[in-house]
Amino acid sequence: MNALFLILIALVTLGAAATAMALRNLIHSVLLLIGSWIGVSVFYLFAGAEFVAFAQVLVYVGAVSMVVLFAVLLTRRSRLDISVTPDSLSRAISAVLAAGAVLGVLLYGIVFTPLPGAAPKGPSATVKQLGVELMGDHAAALLIIGLILTVATLGAVVIASNDPKAEDRQ
Amino acid sequence: MTAPINPADSLLERAPQALRDLVTSHFPQPWRWFANGLLADVAILAVFGLLFAALTLAERKILGRVQNRPGPNRTGPFGLLQPIADGIKMLSKEDIVPRDADHLLHFLAPVTLLASAIMAFAVIPYGRNLVPVDLDAGVLYFFCVGATTELAVFMAGWSSHNKYSLLAAMRALAQLISYELPLLLSWVPVVMISGTLSTTGIVAAQSGWRWGWMPTWHVFTPWGLAGFIIFMVSALAESNRSPFDLPEAESELIAGHLTEYSGCKYVFFFMAEYFGMTALSGMAVTLFLGGWHAPLPALEFIPSYAWFGIKLISLLMGFIWIRATFPRLRMDQLTRFAWKFLVPLALINLATAAFWSLSFGWSGPMLAARCGVALVLVIVPFVLLGRRLTAGLAPRSYAYAT
Repeated sequence: MNALFLILIALVTLGAAATAMALRNLIHSVLLLIGSWIGVSVFYLFAGAEFVAFAQVLVYVGAVSMVVLFAVLLTRRSRLDISVTPDSLSRAISAVLAAGAVLGVLLYGIVFTPLPGAAPKGPSATVKQLGVELMGDHAAALLIIGLILTVATLGAVVIASNDPKAEDRQ
Repeated sequence: MTAPINPADSLLERAPQALRDLVTSHFPQPWRWFANGLLADVAILAVFGLLFAALTLAERKILGRVQNRPGPNRTGPFGLLQPIADGIKMLSKEDIVPRDADHLLHFLAPVTLLASAIMAFAVIPYGRNLVPVDLDAGVLYFFCVGATTELAVFMAGWSSHNKYSLLAAMRALAQLISYELPLLLSWVPVVMISGTLSTTGIVAAQSGWRWGWMPTWHVFTPWGLAGFIIFMVSALAESNRSPFDLPEAESELIAGHLTEYSGCKYVFFFMAEYFGMTALSGMAVTLFLGGWHAPLPALEFIPSYAWFGIKLISLLMGFIWIRATFPRLRMDQLTRFAWKFLVPLALINLATAAFWSLSFGWSGPMLAARCGVALVLVIVPFVLLGRRLTAGLAPRSYAYAT
């Protein structure tokens, strides 16, 4: 029963992602990608990680999806302009090589990571324990991530803002 | 002298659970949880469906009275059958889909919106032991379900293949994203003080009485009052209610992303708006107004779910009152209000809550100092930010016609 459910989640997640790549309509692709993200969060829920699942939905479905949609709407010129054929043979070969290298690294990581044989029945972590861990042992990592995200936000604001004085000077 | 009855044991208090057990005891034990969940779903849909019908009528009646006209009064006594007439009219209307529309997304948008609005009801504690799903991260679940609203609005606007719809959807998204931030920040102090993300835990943290009569609800603390007001203003904007109803703005912006919707799909959007408003009010009751707790020890004989209902309906009436009395904001005023006023205030409120949490042990004259410092932390930024935001605009002088 559990295995069946797991396979179903994986099929929906991967199927949505694969269809997103195959579709020509970018908006449809983005929406399918969001479906795939929801599938990942369902997987977290299935694994008993409530907090991570809800955070995944809040961040990806609520926020990242909007960024992607805005980016697609603001950059797309016409449905026919999107070229899917590579410009030259060398570009196609380098694209395949780069993608193959990434696949190789991922496969190496998946296959050769030593996993404990039987999944240990870990203690179910409550949100409180997660918070204590994050604020205690991993406080430095949390602060650094926060700093990086703040820098990214500030960068976006600087790029987006049009300072009238700066334009006058030019 | 009779011994005081524990309010948790009174007959009315236990009635909903007794009723549930009566129904689900016919199911075999392994399926009992499923039957319980199904019954909770049916109860939520029935209660909030009826509340939706009553709210539409109450809103039209109250708006009518405020504007010095009778409101609907032709269907049944006092117009009481108006919701039924509205329902029949809306459901029998032709469903028109534009030829160039993206049919699947055009259909999915209202369904997604309504589904997410209904799912939000799952974690609200309606009374003592009356919570459909008691999640460890209940508050987070509530707001992560609400996150799909933006997606549905975008789907509606884009799939209609209508430039007005698309522009309105982008405008609605700008509003929803702007107000999501103060909404999320306003409840963080509650989690900080209660030390839990579970809705039942937050209600439990507001039980008990100070000095034997004053309820220890979060709204009666300086940070709680500020958080409650920020929450309610953001909730108004998140549920597209007046004065933040720019996404629709029937009279000026041809109903925005709803332009190409008619019949049943339009009803879905309409229902989702009211369900969202009700769910956010229910969350406000849970987070700030003490959930199902009675306001005075002497009033505890009234069952807990009745108290929840009274508080919920008062908040909803407040929503209607605001709609009747406030003019609509302009788009730039709307976003400026969120980013330059509500977000800074919500961030400062975090500091106030941190101070409140650190000064937990203070007592005697220090208690007055604790309240004083917290109040200063709330009021001074409010006044300063408000003055800066309205500089050159207020106070206005009105010249009355003589």
